[in-house]
Amino acid sequence: MWKLLQIELFKIFKRPRTYIPFGAIAAIILIIQLGLKFDGQSYLEMGMSSVADTFNIPYPLVMNGYLVAFVILNTLLIQIPLLVALVAGDMVAGEANMGTLRLLVTRPVSRTQLMLVKYGASVFYTILLLIWMALLALFLSMWIFGTNDLIIARDTVIEHIRKTDVMWRYIAAFGYAMVALSTVAALAFLLSVFAENSIGPIVATISIVVVLTILSEMRIPLYDNTVKPWLFTSHMLAWKGFFYSQSNGQGDTIAGSIENLPSILRSLSILLAYIAAFVTAAIWAFQKKDILS
Amino acid sequence: MSSVIRVTGLTKRFSALKAVDGLSFSVEQADIYGFLGQNGAGKSTTIRMLLTLIEPTDGQIEIFGMDLRTHRREILRKVGAVIERPDLYKYLTAYENLSLFARISGIRPSSRILMQQLEQVGLAERAHSKVKTFSQGMKQRLGIAVALVHNPDLVVLDEPTNGLDPQGIADIRNLILHLSAHEKKTLLVSSHLLSEMELIANRMLIIDKGRKIVEGKASELFDPAQTLVELDTPEGTLAEEVLRRSPWQEHLQSRRDGKLLLKMDKTRIASFVRDLVQQGVPVAAIQPRHSLEDYFLSLTTANQHVEAFTDRAV
Repeated sequence: MWKLLQIELFKIFKRPRTYIPFGAIAAIILIIQLGLKFDGQSYLEMGMSSVADTFNIPYPLVMNGYLVAFVILNTLLIQIPLLVALVAGDMVAGEANMGTLRLLVTRPVSRTQLMLVKYGASVFYTILLLIWMALLALFLSMWIFGTNDLIIARDTVIEHIRKTDVMWRYIAAFGYAMVALSTVAALAFLLSVFAENSIGPIVATISIVVVLTILSEMRIPLYDNTVKPWLFTSHMLAWKGFFYSQSNGQGDTIAGSIENLPSILRSLSILLAYIAAFVTAAIWAFQKKDILS
Repeated sequence: MSSVIRVTGLTKRFSALKAVDGLSFSVEQADIYGFLGQNGAGKSTTIRMLLTLIEPTDGQIEIFGMDLRTHRREILRKVGAVIERPDLYKYLTAYENLSLFARISGIRPSSRILMQQLEQVGLAERAHSKVKTFSQGMKQRLGIAVALVHNPDLVVLDEPTNGLDPQGIADIRNLILHLSAHEKKTLLVSSHLLSEMELIANRMLIIDKGRKIVEGKASELFDPAQTLVELDTPEGTLAEEVLRRSPWQEHLQSRRDGKLLLKMDKTRIASFVRDLVQQGVPVAAIQPRHSLEDYFLSLTTANQHVEAFTDRAV
């Protein structure tokens, strides 16, 4: 399996277009960092206007590498699924389009093995994208803006996390984002089995994610307790929960605490269930598929 | 002699279409087995079933004495194939493609062996060029190198000369003969070119509409003394009437586009032309026909056309 995975990764990283998402992420992050470096206070005043009357906000201290990373994650983790779909949607359909799928299937490798390896390669690519994003969004921001306590506005509440209590939360958030993006990769991968070129599954994945995200964000009582809890898009942003902590009687944040860990774990298990379902369906469909390309 | 491939009652349906219909045949060890049929006859569908790309609707496939359904991986370890177009990873070099498919097949040949294999198909000098820069012929040769990279006992080549120039066709033909004669490989080669198969195959199967038309040794299928000839005359109707009244009627096969097709001994062509001319039929040309289509006609529709001639005469 490892040998086959190496081969898949070799193929992925030999294609120039593989590097486009890395370039896109770097460009967006640098643009955000540049904007915040020179006009960060205006951004903070606008973002914290709901709590500005209640709290005296020390803007220069608030604007630090941890906050910039949080801002970037908020922006990018909604867009990155589209980049992940570019690679995962191409995994099977791209091979069918090139005509290489029939060569692969006539080799002494089981179709299940082939699919697991291809999905594994998609996940590996997703992880690399996230590591790249972490390097730029977190570590580069820490270097440019320095570090301090993380203060974020949440509705009418301020979350104040000590700087010694921040890093593990980012590690957990990136770990969660990895699962969330792997869910999108699994969806694109499943759709890829049914297509003969990669445009279809990529566009279909993006469309599904957009439609379900809109549905997840809408406030319609009928859907709130029936449909929304089961949509994977409703759980993709649960990484934010790692930055919501418990507080003691005096209103101080309890270090190392998470406000609602069971909710995060529930979201995580729903995403994992989706991954299992999508990948199983993809393997099943591929087993039955007549390779006519 | 043991069968390398034994196919029994193989059938494939695509909705209402029966692409392959109860096909049975066997390929023996060291055969160059010509698998012939016109475009759409079911050759590629059959080959895809042999290579597990398509699930048969019915029938059984045994390769190396093992059931393909239950011993798929074991069988595919000993099979190499080029299926229709030789599509490879265009963004990789010839060497990288070869190395990659060797590893997927479970082997890791040395750089020297890979270069030798590229040398065998005449691509050593372009080993490190990307496949997207290759001509159709070079891709075809690389496809064959990929099919052979794991040293398979059975090689399946689906239309290997498609899109090649005459020199490319000759190269592929020589390679096939070399693989059979010197490396003792069994080859199943599909084509719609009868003349090409005649030059290389020792046994042949001809199919049409997914069904077997004829199978056997090439030497038995074709009587070298008999040939199909096409009579080109500006007086087609007159020629038909003359022939109808003459002993040549039994040689008539069909009439297409004003041209008459006859099957006869080569030695009798001269007297045939003389008879026609003596009876006032101008002969513009007479030429041998040797296409698969003509062979089909001689096998399957000869009687039907002769009856049609007779009916029209009556």
